[in-house]
Amino acid sequence: MLRSIVLAAAAALASTAVHAQTLKIAVLGPMSFVQGENHWAGAEMARDEINKAGGINVGGKRMQVELIRADTNEIQSVSDATNAIERVITRDKADFLTGGFRSEAVLAMQEVAMDYKKIFLGAGAAHSKLGANVEASYERYKYWFRVTPVKDTDLVRTLFAVLNTIAQQIRTELKTDMPKVAILAEKAVWTEALIAAVQKNLPAMKMEVVGTWQPSATATDVTAELSAIDRSGAQLVFTILSGPVGISVGRQMGERNMKAVAWGINVEAQKEEFWQAAAGKAQFVSTLDTLAEVELTPKTVSFVKAFKARFKKAPTYNAGTYDAIMLLKTAIEQTGTTNADKLVPVIEKMSYVGAAAVLEFDKRHDPVWAPGKNTGIAVQWQDGKKVPFWPPNVKGMQPFKMPAR
Amino acid sequence: MLQDILVTGLVNGGVYALLAVGFSLIFGVARIVNIAHTAFYMLAAYAFYTLLVKVGLGFLASSVLAVAGVTLFSVLCYRLVIEPVREHEAAVLIATIALALIFQELMLFSFGGNYLGIPSTLEGGVRVLGVSIPYQRMLILVVAAAMLTAAWFILYRTRLGLAIRATANDLEVASLMGMNVHRIAMATVAISVALAAIAGVVVAPVFVVDPFMWLSPLVTMLAIVVLGGLGSLKGSLIGALIIGYVEAITVFAVPAGAYLKGAVALAIMVGVLLARPEGLFGVAFEEER
Repeated sequence: MLRSIVLAAAAALASTAVHAQTLKIAVLGPMSFVQGENHWAGAEMARDEINKAGGINVGGKRMQVELIRADTNEIQSVSDATNAIERVITRDKADFLTGGFRSEAVLAMQEVAMDYKKIFLGAGAAHSKLGANVEASYERYKYWFRVTPVKDTDLVRTLFAVLNTIAQQIRTELKTDMPKVAILAEKAVWTEALIAAVQKNLPAMKMEVVGTWQPSATATDVTAELSAIDRSGAQLVFTILSGPVGISVGRQMGERNMKAVAWGINVEAQKEEFWQAAAGKAQFVSTLDTLAEVELTPKTVSFVKAFKARFKKAPTYNAGTYDAIMLLKTAIEQTGTTNADKLVPVIEKMSYVGAAAVLEFDKRHDPVWAPGKNTGIAVQWQDGKKVPFWPPNVKGMQPFKMPAR
Repeated sequence: MLQDILVTGLVNGGVYALLAVGFSLIFGVARIVNIAHTAFYMLAAYAFYTLLVKVGLGFLASSVLAVAGVTLFSVLCYRLVIEPVREHEAAVLIATIALALIFQELMLFSFGGNYLGIPSTLEGGVRVLGVSIPYQRMLILVVAAAMLTAAWFILYRTRLGLAIRATANDLEVASLMGMNVHRIAMATVAISVALAAIAGVVVAPVFVVDPFMWLSPLVTMLAIVVLGGLGSLKGSLIGALIIGYVEAITVFAVPAGAYLKGAVALAIMVGVLLARPEGLFGVAFEEER
């Protein structure tokens, strides 16, 4: 009996010792959805890489990384997301936080994280307000850093740069001076500024806007919109879509054998599952993206290959949790502490070469948009494969294709 | 633009009509407020996807198994969930909402929140009046017409149809006349869910399959059945075409307001109901009784 008690006590002590050697990182995401799957997969890649190498060196002491999987269910419920982050902080005693996808939910989770002064490395939400909070109230929000994607207004810069390239190709191939562009944007707050920017700037870029169509983000049928766009003679459909309507657009454009080519933001088209979801009809649909087997940084190709080998699919930008955790490791080893207040100024000054981009942060703790460092990429679906085609100077890029006429 | 509206409205109206037939039968004729109706449509779409894409059965075998499986399952659900509370409409409403949410969460758990695509049964398309229409949508129009005819035939040309209409009209009198009202209600549920399942199999290939796909058609179906007049199959068809055309007109006339097409359709429904509370064909339905 006594022997059992002693053994149990020893086991408990050993367990406590093991816990003391771990660094708990909560991965927050909608785990039933592709976004959450990628959050978790990216974090697992980072955890295994770090632990295999002996852990994180915190002031001479090696600490293993322990991940906490937190299903925020944020696509369906913002309150579920705040409950999840509260739970990982108070019950699971998470040291750091990463993930998040839906801006509304991340804004709410940001508040909870800041209440507890926990470093939160965002890997999914693009809304400017997240960074604006840091600038407006630095002492409260300084623990927030956006690792990926670049903020919404910077996404526009990439969109226009790629649009210019495609328009030039249309001018050459279709022998027209003013390519006709139809704007197809879901009705949502986040698209309003983008639509206004496109409508304002396209004439100056020598393109004609033939109309703006705004279906619901959850529309499953856009045949009426596409009929109208077909009738308008548009050669390019500028998409601003984040919901499942992106699949309907891709599929139904293919079914209608439309000659116009789609470019823009189509979040569903960023996913590996898009081609299947669109029943193999989304030929030549193109979208802004983050990761592909191209040399964005010296780490990109090896990361994407390792991810594909392990998970049998390509990563989406939410797998940026990998960069977030690796960046955190670098910062901790540099400072020799896990103290959030001491880590913040170090992260602020870092120039970290990640798998998706070279990460540097501005005063809003947003990643700095810079060609050659952090712009994102453009990809096009060609015969079932997501083919990267922009920025053209990056090794591994392939040609953008137009539908046959 | 006129030809675009004519063709697009007809095709989309056909899609809605196919979805509305079964709903009209269960909600309008049998007066069972089965909110889970479109959830069965979702289940059929998932079953069809699994059998066709995952298992690799052909289109025909997958369709038959999906429709038969979901129909049998609906009978089980009726016996276990609806029948015990059938006499209390509010309880039926709540029970079927619960059923639909359970189905939704089960699909979310089993397949995740990913959007799934089902290959078209018929590939290619045709141009009508300069408007491109995929064959799959033409198939929906044909199936919708066939299902409307079949539903009408069952209701008005068979003893079962007579019994369904009789029990819907007066449950107690039908029971006193020797009819097994529970069995008739079960048959009504089976027929209507079979129609929903057929819709799931035929319509799902033009949409995407996801755990929440039952919500949007539910609202549209309610609007169509109420607009057409409770219990009138003819009303459902006309209601479906009206909604299809109103949506097409909205998109073509106000491109930037395309997202309003559902709201405009519902506003027209409210307008019709204010003028004719019984719906477009409600009086004819009463006379038919």
